[in-house]
Amino acid sequence: MANVPPIPKRIASIKFGLMSPKEIRKMSATPIITADTYDDDGFPIDMGLMDTKLGVIDPGLRCKTCSGRAGECPGHFGHIELVAPVVHVGFNKVIRKLLRATCRKCSRILLEPAQKQHFLDQLTGIEEIGHMPDDLINEAYKEASKIKTCPYCNEEQLEIKFEKPSEYLENGEKLTPTEIRDRFENVPDEDIRVIGMDPKNARPEWMILTVLPVPPVTVRPSITLESGQRSEDDLTHKLVDIIRINQRFQENREAGAPQLIIEDLWELLQYHVTTFFDNSVSGIPPARHRSGRPLKTLSQRLKGKEGRFRGSLSGKRVNFSARTVISPDPNLSINEVGVPMPIARTLTMPAVVTPRNIEQLKIYVRNGEDIHPGANYVLRSDGRRIKVTNMNKEDLAEKLEFGWVVERQLKDGDIVLFNRQPSLHKMSIMAHSVKVLPNKTFRLNPAVCPPYNADFDGDEMNMHALQTEESRAEAKILMQVQENILSPRFGGPIIGGIHDHISGLFLLTRFENQIPAHDAYDILRKSSARSLPTPAGYDSNGKPYWTGKQIFSQILPKNLNTQFAAQVCSHCDTCKKEECPNDAYVVIRDGELIAGTIDEAAIGAFKGKIQDRIIKEIGPEAGSRFVDNMTMLAIRSIMRTGLSFGIADEDIPKEARIQINEVLGKAEDAVQNLIKSYQNKELEPLPGRTLDETIEMSIMQKLGKARDETGNIADSHMGLENPAVIMARSGARGSILNLTQMAACVGQQAVRGERIRRGYAGRTLPHFEEGDLGSDAHGFVKASYKSGLNPTEYFFHAIGGREGLVDTAVRTSQSGYLQRRLVNALQDLEVQYDLTVRDTRGVLVQFKFGEDGINPTKSDFSKPDTIHRIVRSVVNKEVA
Amino acid sequence: MTKFSLLDHESVPKHEIMSEGELKSVLSKYSIEKEQLPKIKVQDPVSKEIGAVIGDVVKITRKSQTAGEAEYYRLVIE
Repeated sequence: MANVPPIPKRIASIKFGLMSPKEIRKMSATPIITADTYDDDGFPIDMGLMDTKLGVIDPGLRCKTCSGRAGECPGHFGHIELVAPVVHVGFNKVIRKLLRATCRKCSRILLEPAQKQHFLDQLTGIEEIGHMPDDLINEAYKEASKIKTCPYCNEEQLEIKFEKPSEYLENGEKLTPTEIRDRFENVPDEDIRVIGMDPKNARPEWMILTVLPVPPVTVRPSITLESGQRSEDDLTHKLVDIIRINQRFQENREAGAPQLIIEDLWELLQYHVTTFFDNSVSGIPPARHRSGRPLKTLSQRLKGKEGRFRGSLSGKRVNFSARTVISPDPNLSINEVGVPMPIARTLTMPAVVTPRNIEQLKIYVRNGEDIHPGANYVLRSDGRRIKVTNMNKEDLAEKLEFGWVVERQLKDGDIVLFNRQPSLHKMSIMAHSVKVLPNKTFRLNPAVCPPYNADFDGDEMNMHALQTEESRAEAKILMQVQENILSPRFGGPIIGGIHDHISGLFLLTRFENQIPAHDAYDILRKSSARSLPTPAGYDSNGKPYWTGKQIFSQILPKNLNTQFAAQVCSHCDTCKKEECPNDAYVVIRDGELIAGTIDEAAIGAFKGKIQDRIIKEIGPEAGSRFVDNMTMLAIRSIMRTGLSFGIADEDIPKEARIQINEVLGKAEDAVQNLIKSYQNKELEPLPGRTLDETIEMSIMQKLGKARDETGNIADSHMGLENPAVIMARSGARGSILNLTQMAACVGQQAVRGERIRRGYAGRTLPHFEEGDLGSDAHGFVKASYKSGLNPTEYFFHAIGGREGLVDTAVRTSQSGYLQRRLVNALQDLEVQYDLTVRDTRGVLVQFKFGEDGINPTKSDFSKPDTIHRIVRSVVNKEVA
Repeated sequence: MTKFSLLDHESVPKHEIMSEGELKSVLSKYSIEKEQLPKIKVQDPVSKEIGAVIGDVVKITRKSQTAGEAEYYRLVIE
């Protein structure tokens, strides 16, 4: 079998150091002399920048150094002999420090022998512990720079000033790179060890370049545009500049040009070499393309989000992935994802041919690419990949042998990873089973939207088809949706009913209702319940009927026992528990819903006590089955009852309208009184506040109270037949505030917690007088959404609304950065089997995970409720 | 003026130098070497107050939001 992977080797150690000119010349394949790249035939020139000795990118040519073809040859370095040494911009800081720390005549480090020995000993000590010696080295530099007279040759030291980007001034006179290099060459080896460099790998004179290594052609490939022209890479352009200057420099030097010209050319050469390494050095103009955009050179390739590290290594684009718009499908299980047919036909899974599956795989191959489930490619034992086409599919199916790999299309039941970005917690990527469906969107059960934070207003999600058996097994055991119903953040479920699910079950189980047989079977159709219990009663015609509570009980597991207060509970002082007149205390005994209404507190996504209990007492499969059944039951039940909201639902009777206007009128008068007393200086300031703050606070207080009062008036006239009230009370969507704003009064608009202030001088809009502090002039909207806002009210509303949008946008980027920092700090830590938290070196971070060793996912909303329950179930008594 | 002891402050938990025997049992309980412990500097104000020298191990008992009380050990360095 060809393509057997080579024996994996383990890296023993990595060493960082500087390259000496000797090494550069040794590893180079050819010196580069000409600045021309290709000759007239389109063939690379010898000794030019695109010389074939440096590597090939053209599929036709072969590399002269290793005779590999375009895909095989990794590229080889070349070198340019610089006519004069140049400073390497990346080492500027080190060069500066070293110049200050060494003597200008004898080049020895400016420390007494005793001090030097002390530093050396401390260095070896720190390296043993494994700490970074950086602080110690900085200290050594500082000590050395302080000394003004060399202790060995008694020479006076002069001040070294550093001009950007690479000029060094000693006492006002420029220090040429050759001089710097000469000084460094004389520094003896033990002195170098004091500053933390190993003289075998990094001698300081190598920081001044005399030979420039040229990156291989594969590092800076040229692209052929559609017009047929070749466009060179930015690095190649820079190298061309360097070679041209180098040549000019040499000619001028040999021809005996004046000193000024030589210096100018040297500076220009320095500039080009500097921008070759880093084009974003501060203080010098960035080198630009002919079009005006700055060139992207070596350090830009590595830096930042789109650079090599963050953009090509830590995160990459991958194969076997797909992305489309998502849409809801309440008939899918939460563990499933609906995959559109075109995607299922393109993504494949590798299946090794074995005696047990050869017949099945033959059918797939015979189906070919067009009939689903089919196969797209066949990998033979010799490594050849054969595309399955209509011509050869019969033939291939016959020839299938054990050990071959068939890349078959995605089919029902395959495990895939499903993800929505931004992936902020581990539940943003979960494993689902595929269900291939027609049309073009990914489908998912709405109950699984909260962990992804997905809605269906155009969101797109990604899917990854797992290729190896190992990864599929790991995904199925660890990442399946049913394993992730509980969130580690607060110990409760994060998957459950949302919106219509809650409204539907609320309407089904509230009070007693009579549901005939046909309807009951209809509602329970899609759940795993198989039969109805004995009817709750018989109606006037003698036909049996069931209550909503009985129907709901059909999906509860038989051994479930729990009781809790529902969302609609009005929190009376003494809870009447089972006897609650509002039917607001849920009691489930042996899988039967005896009393209470099912709403957000029971099956909601963040608070659902029922699915929480089921998972913790019975298990994740039962939990996921319950959530599936619950969604299907809830949707069918709301389809039977119907729930809609129309503009007439925001109406309130005329007396209520009059009352509301009265309240608002009184509030405005009160505000005017406050303003009058403020202007007459009669207002008493609150303790610790200025007069201005006091008046603002009192006005806002009065207006807030007025709006709440109007809300109460409206609320008293709207009962539980109003759909908005149903949704608000059951916890499905919205709150009483929404209803207040629609029916009664919108209220005060605020920016940064205060009334609207900004606008014209002394007033918000020209419709008001300067100094007007009234409620209308600073953003109190008296009208309701139904009645409509007048122009000034509308404008203030827009101001307040805009602030909301802006701070959502700012918040996401800030929290994104915080999450990135936290993840980067925490991702290498692992909880060991002895419950300690250690990093990859084995160094301890926490002696017991979380200081208490408790897994927050399994912890019951972070409360010790389990113990109380156990005691209660055993002894039947409450314990504190 | 009386010297205010750092350990009396509300925010500073209890720091104690551990004996050889205690240290050995802790190291064997977590199967680690001394160098794998979290560190505290010898110039740290609390280290100076309890008179720790380089190589000592300090046992810190502090209040924890999750576990009531938790123990932490630190090796004194440099």
